[in-house]
Amino acid sequence: MTPDLPEANESLLSTVAAPAIWAAHFLLSYITAAVWCAKVAGADGSLVAVQRAISLYTVLALAAIGLIGWRAWGRHRLGDSPPPHDQDAPGGRHRFLGFAGALLSGLSALAVIFSALASLFFGSCR
Amino acid sequence: MIDADPTPLAEAPPLELQRAQAERLRRVWAAPTGWRYWSAVNNTQVGLWYIAVAFIFFLFAGVLALLMRIQLARPGNDFLSAELYNQTFTVHGSVMMFLFAIPIFEAIAVTLMPQMLGARDLPFPRLAAFGFWCFLIGGLFLSGAIFFDAAPRGGWFMYPPLTSRYQPGIGADIWLLGFSFIEVAAIASAVELIVGALKCRPPGMRINLIPLYVWYTMVGAVMIVFAFPPLIAGSMLLEIERAFDWPFFDATRGGDPLLWQHLFWLFGHPEVYIIFLPSIALVAMIVPTFARVPLRGYTWVVLAAIGTGFLSFGLWVHHMYTTGLPGISLGLFSAASTAVAIPTGVQFFCFIATLWAGRVKRSVPMLWVIGGLAVFVLGGLTGVMVALAPFDFQAHDTHFVVGHFHFVLIGGAIFPIIAGLYYFYPLVAGKLLSQKLGTVAFWLVFVGFNITFMPMHLSGLRGMPRRVFTYPPESGLDALNLASTIGAFILAAGIAVVLWDVVRPKKAQRVAPRDPWGAGTLEWVQEMPGEDWGIRSIPEIDSRYPLWDQPHLLRDIDEGRFYLPDAQEGLRETLVTSVIDAKPLQCLRLPGPSYLPLAAALTLGGFFIFGTFHLWALATGSLVASTGVICVWLWTGTAAKPTQATKDVGLGVVLPIDAAGPASVGWWAVFVTMLADVTAFICLVFGYFFFWTVHDDFPPSSSPGPGVLWPTVAAALLSASWLLTLLARRWNGRDRAGAFYGALGVAVLFEVAGSAALLAGPWSSGLQPTTHVYPALVWLLVGWTVLHVAVGVVMQLYCLLRRARGVLTAGHDLDLHNVVLYWHFTFFTAATTTAVIAGFPLVAR
Repeated sequence: MTPDLPEANESLLSTVAAPAIWAAHFLLSYITAAVWCAKVAGADGSLVAVQRAISLYTVLALAAIGLIGWRAWGRHRLGDSPPPHDQDAPGGRHRFLGFAGALLSGLSALAVIFSALASLFFGSCR
Repeated sequence: MIDADPTPLAEAPPLELQRAQAERLRRVWAAPTGWRYWSAVNNTQVGLWYIAVAFIFFLFAGVLALLMRIQLARPGNDFLSAELYNQTFTVHGSVMMFLFAIPIFEAIAVTLMPQMLGARDLPFPRLAAFGFWCFLIGGLFLSGAIFFDAAPRGGWFMYPPLTSRYQPGIGADIWLLGFSFIEVAAIASAVELIVGALKCRPPGMRINLIPLYVWYTMVGAVMIVFAFPPLIAGSMLLEIERAFDWPFFDATRGGDPLLWQHLFWLFGHPEVYIIFLPSIALVAMIVPTFARVPLRGYTWVVLAAIGTGFLSFGLWVHHMYTTGLPGISLGLFSAASTAVAIPTGVQFFCFIATLWAGRVKRSVPMLWVIGGLAVFVLGGLTGVMVALAPFDFQAHDTHFVVGHFHFVLIGGAIFPIIAGLYYFYPLVAGKLLSQKLGTVAFWLVFVGFNITFMPMHLSGLRGMPRRVFTYPPESGLDALNLASTIGAFILAAGIAVVLWDVVRPKKAQRVAPRDPWGAGTLEWVQEMPGEDWGIRSIPEIDSRYPLWDQPHLLRDIDEGRFYLPDAQEGLRETLVTSVIDAKPLQCLRLPGPSYLPLAAALTLGGFFIFGTFHLWALATGSLVASTGVICVWLWTGTAAKPTQATKDVGLGVVLPIDAAGPASVGWWAVFVTMLADVTAFICLVFGYFFFWTVHDDFPPSSSPGPGVLWPTVAAALLSASWLLTLLARRWNGRDRAGAFYGALGVAVLFEVAGSAALLAGPWSSGLQPTTHVYPALVWLLVGWTVLHVAVGVVMQLYCLLRRARGVLTAGHDLDLHNVVLYWHFTFFTAATTTAVIAGFPLVAR
């Protein structure tokens, strides 16, 4: 059966929420490291505090992306509109948007992990 | 189940009616003839001019490349002087990037998107024409300079202090002002494309049915909105430094050249993807046609487009690995630079899967597509190499990088664009290009390209630097460079064959059959040769490949069985639909031919061109004239009072003619434009905090700063005027004319007073912008804000006048909604400026 899926409940913004969180995580990590090295620790200073901060950002970002991805996947599982979701019907549109959101969440999570990994390899501001 | 959408008329309208409808449509959409032809604004004309001019610039920059290759053919050559070589590589890179790659994307999109969307035209035809004229004027100005030995010579990225202190002439000014002008045009086109893709789709073309080309275009256009403003901001800083000696990049007075690099590459790296995505979009249209099956992994390709769009903004520092930033910063950007390979790879696997699933038909477009993909993959792999900082330290500024990015840009853009040329040419000209010439051209270009650019990787690894006009003999570079030069001429011969194929007389050649490739997407419903009306009647769409899946689609469109089959009122019209489900919302009246876009571009161009020569009186005069022309354009051409409230668009659907606020396309255009504007502003604020990180003492404790009093007064006055503007809209809606006039009038007074108060801050404490970067930044933020308030005042006066003349009424208030939207952003600008200049010094000390 196809549930009731009005257009008003859909949004393109929710589809790009996960990559937006990646962007925030990325920018925040970069700014934290840059400001720490420039204003606090100095050119040879220790980065341990920054690593902790980036770890915290990473946990938060991954949690948020996970939640968005989980919800998007839930939308994708709703209804029985068959793939590749190319029907001119609310069901196809709904599952498509859910799937796109889930895929973008996956990519964003991966990109966040990439950034976090990079921060693990640097012990100092050099 | 498909749905309960309206179905086309069961019976065709009588033949006589069909003929009369077609005749009316033809008359309404006809391009002007004779000398009035240049006032055309229809996408079928403007798009064609746009493509033609972009290609001419491509050929021009290509000739410059050949000159460089001649110079480098043997060691110690003196074909070009060092000075002329500097101009040549600067103009080659700049023209290819700014006058070919970006404009050709917008040109192709302006031409094809209405056809793909079954729209009569995009929502702002005059804006597209304005964009084209700006591009042409700015492009001629910039390219022409090299014939007067006055061209820029600082490289396409114009690094200061080279360009700020060591290159007096006007070359750098031409670059900075010329390109700022062209970027205005690029943003104008981006606005047009975004709003067109979101709001002008045919009924039924839900978000899951959009042609992939349109997805990519939308992503590319959104990227322009966020990527170009950093460059506009940077160019403004550099030009102000050159013209007025405000020391933004002068290290002796607190400035820092690295700020330029941040701003430039914040633009420059996304730019590469702005070029790549819309080009690969052509591949996404061509592959399914020749594989004879729908593209596999539609959603995955959408993921790739959006994902690349985001990630590409996290790569800019990988152009700055050798500037001495902390290792962790390099690591973060290296991570993002390698991550972006993932979505790029995903779309390639989708293309391969599609080719695998289908039975591929051999054709010239496919040849170019496959060649392009192969070349791009190699460029992508060297891209991952230079994304790794330790490797980049070695390869930076060598010919290895030159080889890398030519593989990426030519494989990712030129090959797909030529594939697109062979594929879409019949839509534009009604004739097919030659299969034979296309094949010959392909092999010349493919072989020539590899002979040119493959050796550059080696010469680079052997230590040949970029941008140096010669090299010593016996340095192991002779043979490699000679090979590159020979290859370049083979490549050029291939391009010459393509050019000949396009311009050769085709009078005797048969008109191409309709949908000559048997494609499934909507643009191929076009008649051969095409009509100016775009589409005979706007269809109801049920599929990603309507020509394959919807029976009788061509017949129903041609017989006018769908929407808007007629132009009874003699006006240009198209449909506006909803963003997600493409439900019809409005019958949008579009403007016809006009010289106003040309006049606006000429006068605005005058401002930039006279400014380059420091002819301030003429520049100011041009700016005033351009403001006047734009006001006339708005007054006579936009938000006209509709002659009727609603219109029956066919199939029992009755739509309003008028819309305001978020329901209108104009509101969306203002919103997108202001996003670009506020991005530029944020870049300036970033500059302020950038200097805080590089200096121990910033704001300098010796400087009094603008104080707290005047900025606070300004913030209060400007906030009040923003609230009054909001109230004015409400009171206008309730038809309380007195309250409306009062609120807007007082708002204008507050704005004048607020601007004066804002200027009084740095003025009263005697901040001298030429002494140090700090006062320069404070004045800059204040100036930026005052300028925005001044534009806001003009808008409010415009609304007051519109209401007084009875054009703006309680029920017809599109203008006022847009002005309020502008004021939301201006309020943000004013609030941020005052918080930064008055508040931050208190926190920092």
